[in-house]
Amino acid sequence: MAEYSALSLLKNALSGNRDWRPAWRKAEPKPAYDVVIVGGGGHGLATAYYLAREHGIARVAVLEKGWLGSGNIGRNTTIVRSNYLLPESIRFYDFSVKLWENLSHALNYNVMFSQRGILNLAHSPAQADEYIRRGNAMRHGGGDAVWLTRHEIARRVPGIDFSPRARFPVVGGLLQPRAGTARHDAVAWGYARAADRLGVDIVENCEVTGFLREGDRITGVATTRGDIRAGKVALAVAGSTSRLMRMAGIERFPIESHVLQAFVTEAVKPYVDCVVTFGGGHLYMSQSDKGGLVFGGDLDGYNSYAQRGNLPLVKEVMSEMVAMFPATARLRLLRSWGGVMDMSMDGSPIITRGPLPGMYLNCGWCYGGFKATPASGFSFAWTIAKDEPHPINAPFTLSRFERGAVIDEKGQGPTPKLH
Amino acid sequence: MSPRRAASTGLVDRSQALRFTFDGRTYSGHPGDTLASALLANGITLVGRSFKYHRPRGIFTAGVDEPNALVTVLSGDGREPNIPATQIELYEGLEVESQNRFPSLEYDLGALGQLAGPLLSAGFYYKTFMGPVFGPLKGTRFWMICEHAIRRAAGLGRAGYEKDPARYEEMNAFCDVLVVGAGPAGLMAAEAAAKAGRRVILAEQEPKAGGSALWSGEMIGTRPAHQWAQAMAEKLAATENVRFLPRTTVWGYYDGNTLAALERVADRPSGTAKGLPRLRLWNIRAGKVVLATGSLERPVVFPGNDRPGVMLAGAAERYARQYGVLPGERIAVFTNNDGAYRAAAALRKAGAGVVAIVDVRPEISDAARALAQEAGVEPLLGHAVTGTAGKRLTRITIQRFDAATGRVSGDGRPVDVDCLAVSGGWSPTIHLASQAGGKPVWDEALHAFLPPSPMQPWVGAGAFAGAKTTVEALSTGRDAGLAAAGKKPSRARLPAVTAPALDPAPAPVLEIKAAGKAFVDLQNDVTAEDVRLAHREGFISVEHLKRYTTLGMATDQGKTSNLPGLAIMADARGLPIPEVGTTRFRPPFSPVSIGALAADRHRHFKPDRLTPMHDWHVGHGARMMEAGLWHRPMIYGQPGETVEQAYIREAAAVRRSVGICDVSTLGKIAVKGPDAAEFLDRVYTNTFSTLPIGKARYGLMLREDGIVLDDGTTWRLGAHDFLMTTTTANAGKVMQHLEYFLDAVWPHLKVHVTSVTDQWAGAAVAGPDARRVLEACVTGTGVDNVALPFMGIVHGRIAGAPVMICRLSFSGELAYEVYCGAGHGAHVWEALMDAGEPFAITPYGMEALGALRIEKGHVTGAEIDGRTTARDLYLDGMLSKKKPFIGSALMDRESLIDKNRLRLVGIVSLDGQPLGGGAHVVEKGSLDELGASIGHITAACYSPALERHIGLALVKGGKSRHGTRAFVSDPLRKRFGPVEIVSHHFYDPEGRRMHG
Amino acid sequence: MLIPCPHCGPRDVQEFSYQGDATRKRPDPASTDVHAWHAYVYDRPNPAGPHREYWQHIGGCRAHIVVERDTLSHEVLGAAFASDLSNQGGTRP
Repeated sequence: MAEYSALSLLKNALSGNRDWRPAWRKAEPKPAYDVVIVGGGGHGLATAYYLAREHGIARVAVLEKGWLGSGNIGRNTTIVRSNYLLPESIRFYDFSVKLWENLSHALNYNVMFSQRGILNLAHSPAQADEYIRRGNAMRHGGGDAVWLTRHEIARRVPGIDFSPRARFPVVGGLLQPRAGTARHDAVAWGYARAADRLGVDIVENCEVTGFLREGDRITGVATTRGDIRAGKVALAVAGSTSRLMRMAGIERFPIESHVLQAFVTEAVKPYVDCVVTFGGGHLYMSQSDKGGLVFGGDLDGYNSYAQRGNLPLVKEVMSEMVAMFPATARLRLLRSWGGVMDMSMDGSPIITRGPLPGMYLNCGWCYGGFKATPASGFSFAWTIAKDEPHPINAPFTLSRFERGAVIDEKGQGPTPKLH
Repeated sequence: MSPRRAASTGLVDRSQALRFTFDGRTYSGHPGDTLASALLANGITLVGRSFKYHRPRGIFTAGVDEPNALVTVLSGDGREPNIPATQIELYEGLEVESQNRFPSLEYDLGALGQLAGPLLSAGFYYKTFMGPVFGPLKGTRFWMICEHAIRRAAGLGRAGYEKDPARYEEMNAFCDVLVVGAGPAGLMAAEAAAKAGRRVILAEQEPKAGGSALWSGEMIGTRPAHQWAQAMAEKLAATENVRFLPRTTVWGYYDGNTLAALERVADRPSGTAKGLPRLRLWNIRAGKVVLATGSLERPVVFPGNDRPGVMLAGAAERYARQYGVLPGERIAVFTNNDGAYRAAAALRKAGAGVVAIVDVRPEISDAARALAQEAGVEPLLGHAVTGTAGKRLTRITIQRFDAATGRVSGDGRPVDVDCLAVSGGWSPTIHLASQAGGKPVWDEALHAFLPPSPMQPWVGAGAFAGAKTTVEALSTGRDAGLAAAGKKPSRARLPAVTAPALDPAPAPVLEIKAAGKAFVDLQNDVTAEDVRLAHREGFISVEHLKRYTTLGMATDQGKTSNLPGLAIMADARGLPIPEVGTTRFRPPFSPVSIGALAADRHRHFKPDRLTPMHDWHVGHGARMMEAGLWHRPMIYGQPGETVEQAYIREAAAVRRSVGICDVSTLGKIAVKGPDAAEFLDRVYTNTFSTLPIGKARYGLMLREDGIVLDDGTTWRLGAHDFLMTTTTANAGKVMQHLEYFLDAVWPHLKVHVTSVTDQWAGAAVAGPDARRVLEACVTGTGVDNVALPFMGIVHGRIAGAPVMICRLSFSGELAYEVYCGAGHGAHVWEALMDAGEPFAITPYGMEALGALRIEKGHVTGAEIDGRTTARDLYLDGMLSKKKPFIGSALMDRESLIDKNRLRLVGIVSLDGQPLGGGAHVVEKGSLDELGASIGHITAACYSPALERHIGLALVKGGKSRHGTRAFVSDPLRKRFGPVEIVSHHFYDPEGRRMHG
Repeated sequence: MLIPCPHCGPRDVQEFSYQGDATRKRPDPASTDVHAWHAYVYDRPNPAGPHREYWQHIGGCRAHIVVERDTLSHEVLGAAFASDLSNQGGTRP
């Protein structure tokens, strides 16, 4: 299949764009693979790519129950960042940002990662100290973080309420310059195309209905398109993890599925450059290349698999938007959508071998899945190939809850809706 | 009169003129006009530029589905971009400008981009701009440079940064039946439900009721349909149990039959409508919903179909009939169905020249033929429009067309026109039904998707539900209204409808394949060729098509492009349309102003909490800060003082003589009942059942996972009566924690908890002279060491007000907390100030409070951060070994007792420079070469007692590092320096002062 | 979404605070079985379908209510006071 480049674009334009081939084959499932990855979202596809690319394992199938990229890779707010507090998180997400920086080249697909920075606004001295602690943690962990004063923020981000009577005065902000946004769908498509080029079978419209087992051991999957045997079965089905675990006979698991809504306004000319978050509540906002302001807030806050949220949360998020950027009252909400989050018990993911023999599990991404896609795929592929974790995912075990070794960024304990 | 005004006025009031400006030029229109109809009346057909290619665009529709004619509405400093001209009711002084053009709408440099057209095919940006692998532009650099230019070219209108002066409102409404859409079906439904005694809300997005009746030209009963509709609406509006909401778009269908609607109350610059909000958000909880949202016309896609002058046939008919405006003077009609013939006749009747009717079908109904005759032309059957010309439409090309094969043949015949009215049939407006859940159902005859079967309690009526005629709309409307009211269908006679007997079924032709750019999504510039490219590249599922090409993602959300796009993909895949699928519609149905959704909430979506002494603080120089929603004094500054000088003075006063601090914000929970002591034993790590009446005890609470939840003192006021205090920040959380256990886990415990935070005001009086201050003002009780020992509680009065005094200390000094009813708070505070005057009593704020507690090594929220255990904070002594308590089972898991955990220590600056909260601690390194963090400083201050900069920190290994050197490393504030790690009990570790 | 509070009647979801899975069973307080405690604190059934869950009516009577709700459709299937169900055993320590 042809490389994508300015030259290939020109050649094809001259021939009326008639010679483009599918970005990935519509593969038929084979009876057996070395590795079957359940879930054709960003993480599953990235895992397949790194398995083939880094470990030479190409007898791999990615099974997707619907259309490729139909989960949270296609319904997030596209933010890439590693501005975390705890060393385990910083190491993992910084590794991810490094992979992001070269991802378009690695995949030969422009995923439009734009390092426009993320700015966390702080609204009280105590919050400023909290953010500075985090920024310092990032710096000591090898990452990038800068503290901006109120004055510097006013110069950098127009439209924030800096009036003396602002309900949420800005006292400063934590900027991570290397953070930014990427084109979410392109990440799925880019990984799919690159994995396909390395020989991975990507099978859409193929729903897993059960597991094939020999005793305790998982030896494959039953699907709507027949049984598929596999040396290793890897799950990357955030949002549906509990459903798959139930099929494997595990009735209770440290995950709750919650709905998270996201919003976009009509497209306008460049309005805000970096990603901005609001510390007076919970709001994150950036502007897409098309011009829409893309933003979101809290979870709706109840278990849901419905990919639809409710009105109170919509109004709450809009209120925060106007509190932060008063002029956005004159913009219009164009679209809203809901995604189902795998909320874990400490707000951090699980990337591990097990819990059953022959099974590998990647789940619990909460809000953080999109930015993690490259590192998640990389470390999960490593874990599958070598049967041991990569140093970056070693802390993200399933057993950490039992041991008390939780990675609780927000300090909220086992209350998934608060992470 | 403009040549584009028809002889008949339609529903526009021509007796009055309204001036408006478009791109700085002034024009005139009339009440009843939209901006779109007024522009057309003035002969303006070029209104905007398209998103990608900057092609000239005109007015394509007459309603909410408008993809092209977007403008920015100006009002003073404010600007509201991307508003469809078809949705703006004309008013005097309206100012708008066109968008996405430079330097002008007429001559737009952006249009040069079209030269690169073939390069800019769908998804082109995924394939390029990756830049070099090496050198200064590697990584994301090159893309970001390209992106900068792309971002400037993209976007539509320009948004402002000025605060929006408009006012917004929100209403909650409840009804038995909500009827969405006041067309013939909706009006009948509302009437039927109202007659059955139900509370009805009838919402209509247009300013007038009637829907298609406003421009159908039909007769209902003995009157023109629009008069029938107006009479119905007036009758309903006057009915007591009906609320008629015109200009109200129901845009969201949420769970539990909760629907969201937006009413445009006075959507114009402030000042013209005093007292009225600009927009009003309605939250409607409906028993039943009648969806009578009608249908939307879709175009046929053909090359050059985007030129200004091309518009939907229904829109052309509506401009002629409802607005009395001719969209052109030489009009051609291009259709795949009978409906457009009625438009042709209407246009002719209004005074336009109809020069051709082009129909893809080989045969048509008699009714259509008769209408063609009325229009004065012989229809060209088996023909199609295959091309257009002109910046504004000047000519179309017509060729033979075989609907069975989709092939075009023969020579092109040019016809000079200035308007082309296009119809590809009608699709039910099923958006709300789809939002409510379920999959739409394909109807082969209508060549359209019908609504899904209801997943929530709604009933469909009219064209929405597939009704093909107004008669059907009336009858399904009435039946739906009755059904929603829980009644059986009626057999009573319906008003007669006089209308041509048109064939409702369109030919299944939605695209004419011929050379040239044919646009599917007009706003996002998605062409039929883009859809086929998506197919070639494997983006064949509907969702991939949408995401890859951006089809249907524009502000009109694909209302005109959805079905043609599907049809083209279905054709490419060789599948029937329903097998290609549909996308799920999501809220909102049409864009909703964020200001309306925020209403006034953004100012107080979090409450401002003020203590009873707030005004006193402000009046005495306090600089206030927010702490967990409360506004608390940070310092009481004196002229010329810095924050640091102020808190040092305040803290020193507490250590030297006496200070007073407002502690009303502490969480207070009344815990009462025979099992109260037992309950407290379970929720606290230490024991409360042994606490004597009239004494207080410090307590620690854990979460179930063994992590510290909160701390505070609890006072035993009686055998079954306790007053629990919590930290300010955790008051709500602790309350919920207690309620959960009482409700869900131990419902048999006879305990009741009540939050009394707001009922009590509290003042801490602290310092060596504290007792003397109390002695000077407290009556009814002694406060000496015998009457009021450490942790003792007494009741008395201050200045006549009953008070409760507990002797406890946060500062480490001899100290008392004085509580009284919130209403007496300011009074008691002032009495304490008077009593303290001889001792120079000094009010102190949060900063001094913080310094005092750091000196004492007391923990607060910065240390109890949801990750620390009791052992981490050296509070092991509080963990009872005699009883289980919440958290006891899991608190000693292996990782929670690891010796390398972060544990509490004190830190002393060795270079005389301040320490900052959030700074990290390292064993070695520098600002250039950061060392490995071994922990962080949670709180820091200058200690007046120690005369040094000190802090509390959580450091790996904790106590084992006492007496060792380390460095504070704070790269964000560019601070690095030597520190000593010491015990966190800096000051009076034996507690002699507070026991004194 | 409306939650039918047995005390206050049907009320909008924004008056309630969600408290999660209502099927978990708290081990005997004196139990030192860390596995049982771990399962109680961390593991959830998280079904796609009917789900028993706690909602506290914080904007009303403050009672905890056990609601049965379908997590696929958000349809509420039933509600009762948590204190009437005492499903966590309610044994005294």
